[in-house]
Amino acid sequence: MQLSRESRRSSFALARTSLAARIAALVAFGALGSLPGSAGVLPEDEADAMYHRYEGGGLTVEGPSVLIRKKIGDNFSVSYNYYVDMITSASIDVLLTASPYKEKRTQQSGSVEYQHGKTTYSVGYIHSREPDYIADTSIFSLSQDMFGDLTTVTMSYSRGWDHVYRDIKLADGAIVNDPTFAQQVDHRSYGVGLTQVLTRNLILSLNYQALTDQGYLQNPYRDVVYLTPGVGKGWATAPQVYPGTHTSNAASGDLKYYLPYRAELDFFYRYYTDTWGIGANTLQLGYTQPWRHWIFDGSLRYYKQNAANFYNDLFPRANAQNFEARDRELAAFSSYTVGVGASYEFQVPRAPWIQKNTLNLRYDHMLIDYTDFHTLYSNSVIPAGGEDELPLYRLDANIIQLFYSLYF
Amino acid sequence: MRHFIAGLTALLIALPLCAAVDTNSPAPDFTLNAQSGKPVGLTQFKGQVVMLNFWASWCGPCRQEMPLLDSIYKKYGKLGFTMIGVNVEPDSKAANDWLKQTPVTFPILYDTDSKVSKLYGVSGMPSTVIVDRKGTVRMIHRGYKPGDEEEYLSSIRTLMRE
Amino acid sequence: MRLVRVLIALGLLYPLAGCAPIEPWVKPYEREHLADPIMSLNRDPISSDYIEHVFGTREGAHGATGSAGGGCGCN
Repeated sequence: MQLSRESRRSSFALARTSLAARIAALVAFGALGSLPGSAGVLPEDEADAMYHRYEGGGLTVEGPSVLIRKKIGDNFSVSYNYYVDMITSASIDVLLTASPYKEKRTQQSGSVEYQHGKTTYSVGYIHSREPDYIADTSIFSLSQDMFGDLTTVTMSYSRGWDHVYRDIKLADGAIVNDPTFAQQVDHRSYGVGLTQVLTRNLILSLNYQALTDQGYLQNPYRDVVYLTPGVGKGWATAPQVYPGTHTSNAASGDLKYYLPYRAELDFFYRYYTDTWGIGANTLQLGYTQPWRHWIFDGSLRYYKQNAANFYNDLFPRANAQNFEARDRELAAFSSYTVGVGASYEFQVPRAPWIQKNTLNLRYDHMLIDYTDFHTLYSNSVIPAGGEDELPLYRLDANIIQLFYSLYF
Repeated sequence: MRHFIAGLTALLIALPLCAAVDTNSPAPDFTLNAQSGKPVGLTQFKGQVVMLNFWASWCGPCRQEMPLLDSIYKKYGKLGFTMIGVNVEPDSKAANDWLKQTPVTFPILYDTDSKVSKLYGVSGMPSTVIVDRKGTVRMIHRGYKPGDEEEYLSSIRTLMRE
Repeated sequence: MRLVRVLIALGLLYPLAGCAPIEPWVKPYEREHLADPIMSLNRDPISSDYIEHVFGTREGAHGATGSAGGGCGCN
């Protein structure tokens, strides 16, 4: 069935999150048991049920996350995570050329950890599925304790395969994959980490990760904007074009300090650079204060990145460059996030098999100030004074996590 | 090839140098305060088979092991065997709170300044040292995994027959 | 070839690391604070995983956020 480009860009054209979202699935494997928590000791048995909610900039993503982790025998530990994102989006990216949409992404992951002496081996698998994107990732890691268990060295390798589709709306209103569109992405990542106990009260963690992506790295729904002075609204759209490869390097350090009155101070820094010209710095300060049955957390995070070299908010004319993108994730911006959390530990009477229960609530407020992304909707007009008179976009988001943890 | 042999020889020479307290060497004497507050010395137990267990309330495998050690003590305690739990925490409060919840019947001694831990070269938590009737170290065991108590029992039975 | 020799040397050093010529300066019985859950490198994996996902979808930077180690060093 041949569909003209206009009907594909119908009033319900779906604008989806970009590559950034997909890479995120690849790197966020820490929780899924694929990275051992503490080498030489298997992680404790636990079950967690979480409700998560992100709300900001016209986008709401909420859903459950359920994790279960169990030791098998003396040397094995297995884990399983079921995670759902239920998306309702009327974000600025969507509203540029399309209408609000609803979607669901489901992710399942499992891992097996094997511990022998001072070494822990881990194998994990993640499967993420949404109507137009399927991502599979396999992860291998090895962790080794040394020097009286003061040093832990970790090496990890992961490989991801994505299938990219494109949704279209048929005349009868049904949403299907466009049969003429099927693309692939290949991801590879190598990581090495060193955790060193410095004193009785101080731990340092150093991490390095290199990622390579190859294939269809762009978003089939997103457009770029170019200026058309004197014509119509003063601007028009064209499909984005990304390079077919992407390599990045990230290096981080995390310092944890135990305060004598029983509290913890955490300092984190990460430097990121990639072949798309993005350089980013992440700085986070955290404080943890236990009090009776409670544990309180507070954190301040600062993030700053410069734009990708093929990014432009408003291109000067049509086909200005070989590669063009207007995705906010590639823009220049500063982001500030403040977070607070509270965890309450309680006992359940007549259930001795339960070691510990906790009820946890965490709230983060994220603010992103874009320095080269202007607020533009489908009916916006370029002001007489030029595009710089358009307001710069600013994002305010609320992130909530409510979860129950059971240790047995 | 030469490098490999040299390295391997160095390794074989170095290995025995690593142990602090050896099997078949005399168990170093010490005196620590018990729960009663009174000082207790190792020499008091000469003539008995003694099992020293270095533990802490913050150590998961240690806590897991304690009830099993208690059942060993209950079984052999009156037959010329004694179990001594050496708590390594500088502040005994957490240990005492835990003992109130999970009491044991064998004596607990408090090594608050880590004197005895250093003396015995404790290199893992928990650590178990079994001393025979003559005061000689006969077994050293680092760590605890379910099933290790079989090893302890077999060693204790052998030493008690001596 | 030189690389192979270095790897062999490291490989021979590794078993020595168990009873090291470098004496561990924090003894196993001194790890009380390190064993405290508030000093865990990843106290709530279900939560840290989620928040990394949130940042990862909005930002260009990714990676280098997982760690293993620390803790009580028991067994």
